[in-house]
Amino acid sequence: MKGLIFDIKRLALHDGPGIRTTVFLKGCPLNCRWCHNPESRCFDTELYMHVDKLEGKVFKKQKEIGYWMTVNEAMKEIEKDKIFFEESGGGVTFSGGEPFAQYEFLTGLLTACRNRSIHTALDTTGYIKREQLKNVYKLVDLFLYDLKHMDDKLHKKFTGVSNKLIIENLEWLSNRKRNIKIRFPVVPGYNDSEKNIDLMRALLEELYPDVKHIDLLPYHKMASSKAERLGLKQQVYEIEEPDAFKLGSIRKKFEETGFVVGIGG
Amino acid sequence: MNERVRKLREQSLNAINRLSHERAVLVTDYYQNQNTQGLSKPVERANLFEYILMKKNICINDFELIVGERGPAPKATPTYPEITLHSLKDLDILDSRPKVSFRVDEKTRKIYKEQIIPFWKGNTNRDRIMQNMDKEWLNAYEAGVFTEFQEQRAPGHTVLGKKIYSQGMIDIQKEIREQIEKLDYYKDKDAYDRREELKAMDVVAGALIMFAERHVAKLTKLAANEQDSKRKEELEKMVAVCRKVPANAPETFHEALQYYWFVHLGVITELNPWDSFNPGRLDQHLYPFYKKGLNEGSLDTEKATELLQCFWVKFNNHPSPPKIGVTAQESNTYTDFTLINLGGLKEDGSDAVNELSYLILDVIEEMRILQPSSMVQLSKKNPDKFIHRALKIIKTGFGQPSVFNTDAIIKELVRQGKSVEDARNGGASGCVESGAFGTEAYFLTGYFNFNKVLEITLNNGTDPVTGKQIGIQTGDPTKFRSFDQLIEAWKKQLNRFIDIKIKGNNIIEKINAGFMPVPFLSVLIDDCIKNGKDYNAGGARYNTSYIQGVGLGSITDNLTSVRYHVFDKKDIAMAELLKALKANYRGFDELRHKLVYETPKFGNDDEYTDRQAVIVFDCFYDAVNGRPTARGGEFRINMLPTTSHIYFGSVIGAMPDGRKAGKPVSEGISPVQGADIKGPTAVIKSVARIDHIKTGGTLLNQKFSPVFFNTEANIVKLGNLIRAYFRMDGHHIQFNVVDAETLKDAQKNPENYRDLIVRVAGYSDYFNDLGEDLQNEIISRTEHRM
Repeated sequence: MKGLIFDIKRLALHDGPGIRTTVFLKGCPLNCRWCHNPESRCFDTELYMHVDKLEGKVFKKQKEIGYWMTVNEAMKEIEKDKIFFEESGGGVTFSGGEPFAQYEFLTGLLTACRNRSIHTALDTTGYIKREQLKNVYKLVDLFLYDLKHMDDKLHKKFTGVSNKLIIENLEWLSNRKRNIKIRFPVVPGYNDSEKNIDLMRALLEELYPDVKHIDLLPYHKMASSKAERLGLKQQVYEIEEPDAFKLGSIRKKFEETGFVVGIGG
Repeated sequence: MNERVRKLREQSLNAINRLSHERAVLVTDYYQNQNTQGLSKPVERANLFEYILMKKNICINDFELIVGERGPAPKATPTYPEITLHSLKDLDILDSRPKVSFRVDEKTRKIYKEQIIPFWKGNTNRDRIMQNMDKEWLNAYEAGVFTEFQEQRAPGHTVLGKKIYSQGMIDIQKEIREQIEKLDYYKDKDAYDRREELKAMDVVAGALIMFAERHVAKLTKLAANEQDSKRKEELEKMVAVCRKVPANAPETFHEALQYYWFVHLGVITELNPWDSFNPGRLDQHLYPFYKKGLNEGSLDTEKATELLQCFWVKFNNHPSPPKIGVTAQESNTYTDFTLINLGGLKEDGSDAVNELSYLILDVIEEMRILQPSSMVQLSKKNPDKFIHRALKIIKTGFGQPSVFNTDAIIKELVRQGKSVEDARNGGASGCVESGAFGTEAYFLTGYFNFNKVLEITLNNGTDPVTGKQIGIQTGDPTKFRSFDQLIEAWKKQLNRFIDIKIKGNNIIEKINAGFMPVPFLSVLIDDCIKNGKDYNAGGARYNTSYIQGVGLGSITDNLTSVRYHVFDKKDIAMAELLKALKANYRGFDELRHKLVYETPKFGNDDEYTDRQAVIVFDCFYDAVNGRPTARGGEFRINMLPTTSHIYFGSVIGAMPDGRKAGKPVSEGISPVQGADIKGPTAVIKSVARIDHIKTGGTLLNQKFSPVFFNTEANIVKLGNLIRAYFRMDGHHIQFNVVDAETLKDAQKNPENYRDLIVRVAGYSDYFNDLGEDLQNEIISRTEHRM
C-alpha cells in the first residue's frame, strides 16, 4: 500500500512539542477559502512548472507535486531524525490535506510509529468518519484539532462541508481524555467575529479541562502567492492578515476562562 | 556597563590599527649593540626578551584597572623582523589595503628603510625556512595545495593551564634553579642544552617581574600627580597589585586577572605565536578568587564584572600582528583568536559550570566586542540552563559564543594519548582546536586543499592553472572504468602532497627549535621546566602538529557529481565534463544546471553522497594521523578553514559540482554554501558521519534566521538540536543569526552597519572588514528558516 505525500519537513517547530518531522499527506475533503497549502488539496499528483535560476539564466521544467510512498519508505525518512526526537521530546506530525483521507496509509504509519516508540501528532480537520477515528485514536499521542467556524451555514460556505461531524468528533475525543490542542485559523472577515469567538468559547468551555490548549493561527498571505507560483488553478480570495490587536483580544477572551493560548502554533 | 568601561570600550573601538616600529627597533638594537657572543641560543633570546621589556614604552591608559600594552598604545601593533621582514612595499600594502589595514606613518617607513630592512634582509626565520624547502614543496605551496603557518608567525597555539594561579614567578624561578641543580652532566648527554634552556627560563621569569615593576613605577608617579582622589586610590591599589603579581601567586580576583595579563603580554612580545595566547578555562581559574572575594566582602558581582570588562578591553586592544601574502589570505582578520572557554568538566569529571560562568556570559553579552572570542563547553553533565543562557547571547547575532562538545574533546584528547585529567583540563582554542591546556604544544602547520588535489588528479598530475606538472601521473581520467579508480588516483596524489607537507613541517620544526626557542612560553607550559626543554623543541608534556583539511563539502559534492553522472547514471561522459571544466562552463549551461540542481549534495542526510565525505576524511586521516614529528610528537588532523576557503577557491578552476573558477570552496565541514536544502537536522546527520573523535577539531557553521530564536520554546529546541549533534560526537557548532537581507543591505550601505559582527569560521569579525568575496560567501550560506 502506498500513500500520497507532498512534503516531508524536518525540524518543524510549530507542529507539536520538541523537534518534529511533519509529513504532509496530499488530498483534503475540505475546500477552505483561506487554505495556505493549495498543493495539499487534490488527491492526485499535479504538474507544475518548476523554475531554477542560475546566474540570471532561467531553467524551466515540468515537475510533479506529490509522490507515492510505502509506509516503510516514509518511516525511513521519519526515523532519520529519531535522535532529535529523543533529545527534545519531539516526534512526527501527520498533516495535510486531511491525513484521515488516506485512512489505511495513516493507520500503517501510526502503527509503525507506536512500534518504534515515536511520539505522534495528528493535524486534522476533524472531518473524519467516526468508525475510523475509533480505530486509530489510541495511536495518536496528540491531536492538533482544527476548529474553523461555529455557524454551520457559514462553515459550509467557506469550507464546503458541514461542521456537525467535526464538532461531534471533538466532543467524542475529548470524552476519551485524549491530548488535544485546538487550532483556530484566524481569518479576518470570515471567522473573527465576536459572535463566532463567543460560540467557540462556549463549546470549548464545556470540554474544559480535557481541552485546555488553543493555538491561534493568524492567516498569512503566503497562500495566494504560492498557488500562483505553482500555477495551480484555484480561486484566490482577497483576505487581509489579522492585526496584532485583534489577535491579542481573541487571546484574552480565551485566557479569561483559563485556556492556555499560543499564537502561531 | 559603567562609565569607566564605556569609555575604555570606546577608546578601544576607536583606536586605529597601526604598525608600531618599537619592537622592531629594540630587537635590531639588541642584535646590533648588545654582546651576544658566546651565548647559547635560548639565553640570547631570553636576554632579548628582557631587553625589550626593559626598554619598551610603558603605557597606562586613562580609567583602566588592568594595565599593560604590547605596543606603545592600544592597537599599535609591533612587528617581528627576526621572524619575517616587511618590505617597504609590504608596508604600503598594509597601509593602503582596504581590509585589515594597518596605518604606517612616515617615521616608521624611514626607520624600516634605514635600520630594520638593511639589518634583517635575507636573515629572517622566514628566509631560513624558504631556503630549506625543496622544489616540490615550493611548487605545491605556490599552487595553493597547502599553506604554511610558520612562514610569518612562530608556532604557538597553546593555552595556559592553572599554573599561575598558585605560583608566582619567584616560585617558578625557584623550581627552575632546582632543576639546574639536579642536572647530571655524567649520564645526560643533553645536560648542557637543558642548563642553557633553564638559564634562559630563569632570565625571562625575572624579566616579567621587572616589567611589572616598571608599571609600579609609572603608576606610583601617576598616583602622586592625580588630583581626583578616587582615581588616586585606584592607582595606589594598582601599584599594590603590580607589586604582588607576577612576582608572587595572586590572592585576589584583581591580582589573578592582572597576572594573566602580564603573562599574555610576555608571550605575544617574545614572538608572534599563532593564536596569540589564551587563559582558557577562565571561569574555573578565577572561581576560587571570586568566591574568596565575596566571602571576605572585598569583592561583589558588580566589581567582578567591572574588572572582567576592563580585562576584555585589553584583548580588544591587541589585533593580530600584520600579515601579508598567503598568510593574510588564509587568516584575513584582526582577530588573534584568544578563545575564552566556559563550562565543561572539572578535573574529577564533574560539572564545572559555576556562578562565574554565567557572570562571564553576561560580560560577553554586554561588551559585544571582537576580542576576546568566547565559547561554551557543553558536556552531557552541564545543565540546560547553561546552554539556554548561551543561546540567548548567540541570538543577538554577533556569532559568540560558539558551542563545543566537552565530551567529544575529552575523547579526542584521550585517544591521542593524554591522561583523562589533562584532557578534562583542556578545551578548544583558536577556532576549534582541541588541546590539553597548560600541558600541550599543539602547532597548526597549514591548511590543506582537498579540492586542488582533485583538480590535479583530474588533470593527470598537472596543475591546469600553471600547466606545471606538480603531482604524479595517476592516469587519464577519461580512461577510468570505475569511480573507485578516481578515488584511488586522488588518494595517491593526496598521500604524495601530504608527504611533501610533512617533510617540510619536520624541517621547519627543527629550524624553530634551533633558532627560535621561546623560553618564556616554555616557563608556562608543563613539562618544559621539568624536561629542561623548550616549547618549540618538544619540551611540553604533549606535542602535536596538525594539518587542517579544507573544503570537505566541496570535494564531497565534486566526487558525488562524478560518481552520479559519469559512473552511475552515465548521462555525462568524463571527457564532456572535463571539457566543461576547462571552458569554465562557458557554453555548458545545461550541463552546469544539471550539476548544480539535479545532483545529490552533501548536507542532506543522504548516504549515497555522504559516503564520499567519509572516504575523503578517512584517506586524509590515514595519510596524516600518528606520523612522527621532528620534535617527538605526532601529526594529527583537524578540519577548519579560518579564511583559507576563499584563498583555496581562488587557485582552483571550475569543478564538477558546478562551481566556477575562483569561487570559494566550502568552509570547515559545512556543506557547500546553499547546497543543504533539508534543514539543520539533515546537515547535522551528514556531518556526523565522519568520525570527529579522530580529529583535533571540526568546524560546523550554521546560519539561522533570527525568527528561529524568537521564543523560549525554540531556544529549548535549539538546545536539544545541539545536544543531539553532540550525542553523535559532533565537535563544534556555531551560529550566524542574521538574515540575508540585512547582510545585503550592509554590503550596500556599510556605513549603517559599522557594528555588525558576523561569524566567519571559528571566529567572528566585523562584516565591513571582510573582503567582498567573503561577504558574498557568507550571504550565500544557507539561511535556515522555520
